[in-house]
Amino acid sequence: MDFGNFGTVSFTKQAKVMPFIDYLSQGKVMTTQCKHCGRKFFPPRQDCPYCLSSDVEWFEIKSKGKLLTYTTVNYGPSGFEDVSPYTLGIVEFSEGVRVLARISKKIAPKDIKVGMELKVVPVKLSDEKLSYDFET
Amino acid sequence: MKGEVAVIGAGQTVFTRNCGVSVRELCFEAYKEAAEGLNISPKDVDALIIASAPEYDKQRTPAALISEYLGLTPKPAFYIETVCSSGTTGVKMAYSLIKSGLHDIIVMIGFQKMSELTSREAAEVMGRGDDTMFSSPFGTTMPAGHALYARAHMAKYGTTAEQLAKVRVKNAYYGSLNSKATYRKVLSLEDIMNSDVICSPLKKFDCCANADGASCVILASADKARKLTDKPIWVLGVGSATAELNWSARGSSTSFLATKEAAKTAYEMAGLGPEDIDVAEVHDCFTISEILAYEDLGFAKPGEGPKLIEDKETYHDGKIPVNVDGGLLSKGHPIGATGGSQVRTIVRQLRGEMGESQVKDAKVGLVHNVGGTGTYPNVIIFGR
Repeated sequence: MDFGNFGTVSFTKQAKVMPFIDYLSQGKVMTTQCKHCGRKFFPPRQDCPYCLSSDVEWFEIKSKGKLLTYTTVNYGPSGFEDVSPYTLGIVEFSEGVRVLARISKKIAPKDIKVGMELKVVPVKLSDEKLSYDFET
Repeated sequence: MKGEVAVIGAGQTVFTRNCGVSVRELCFEAYKEAAEGLNISPKDVDALIIASAPEYDKQRTPAALISEYLGLTPKPAFYIETVCSSGTTGVKMAYSLIKSGLHDIIVMIGFQKMSELTSREAAEVMGRGDDTMFSSPFGTTMPAGHALYARAHMAKYGTTAEQLAKVRVKNAYYGSLNSKATYRKVLSLEDIMNSDVICSPLKKFDCCANADGASCVILASADKARKLTDKPIWVLGVGSATAELNWSARGSSTSFLATKEAAKTAYEMAGLGPEDIDVAEVHDCFTISEILAYEDLGFAKPGEGPKLIEDKETYHDGKIPVNVDGGLLSKGHPIGATGGSQVRTIVRQLRGEMGESQVKDAKVGLVHNVGGTGTYPNVIIFGR
């Protein structure tokens, strides 16, 4: 399991932040926090540019966050022909991070509103690849 | 007004869906228009800067090839890129090299021949413009990024799809007057509102299109500029900034904070403010981008950008004329060529050469050119 198993189309296999994939396979969306200065990061990162420290700890994003914005993409890039249309959103979580992901197709497009509460949920895509969606 | 570095010539090719000529020939056309009337020969040029987005180039390392075709060898040439703002990054580099005293006359050429890519290749490139580890796997695209800003602006300020469409109505009108533009048809509000949704809320006519084209800006030190032209256009302020590539890591979804930063630097350097700008070229890759630019450049307060277009204040006879050459929306967007084309328009405005879309007595002009989704903004202020 590596980043090659992540997302509809993936471009990178290896990274120091591999625990992200391990946690995702265990059903958790986790990200990192610098142990020195306490800054929280998303996307997860192994290195803090403020402390030059690589000492980070992982925490789970499990709150219900607020949808800041969204768009339904009718024409996706290569590799997304079979999943279009899909809706991308950015959600702000009380853990102190913002996350970009797709909004689950379980939610009808007409019910999607800026400000609605959503949580981030790990999902398995049709080809067994790992990802996460926003769900109510 | 005076400065230490001036634009002495600016040119561009016609922007078109398929130019039918090679990259070197395209660049020559832009160089020719910029250099004509200057009475310079290759030996007078000190350096060549080439700007484009390399993922659209088939030719690897094109700078030397273009230098060879323009007869500029053995003068130094190099390549630079910040995606869609590569051209103004090239102008900034030229400014810096002249200001430092290293060179006196620099030719900057921006180009893109996007028709060299098949639509399949272009769709593949489109999928790699955001963080390829944490954004691209979800299917992000350039229109999607701007659509997220459009939706957030609508939710926060009540901005409407009709207001966005009115930006295109304006730019389509001015594009109809621009012989270099790809799209020269006037569009009605209905044409735009009835077009296909690409990424909600953005429709087909809210988006600019790929194109082929080249542009050229020739810059010189003050002494050389005065010798070579009666109408030097001075570089008064230069500002640049960079935003996080991950949209989720940014501080705002309703404003491009990096543009505000770049504008602040440029205004401070010029000793001018938004109220001093007579005419502006802003990066309208999408209609929402022009609205955000009104606000981020200080032409309107946050949330009041839509009112500027509603009141037609950004037409050539309005309070702050913007993109009265048709903008990217009408001209088309040959990535590396766009910044130089914007500079060319401002140079022509300040020289009083724009004909029907001439802004009366324009003395100070601003160029705002952005790479990516608000990622690499450059703001350059010019004066005559």
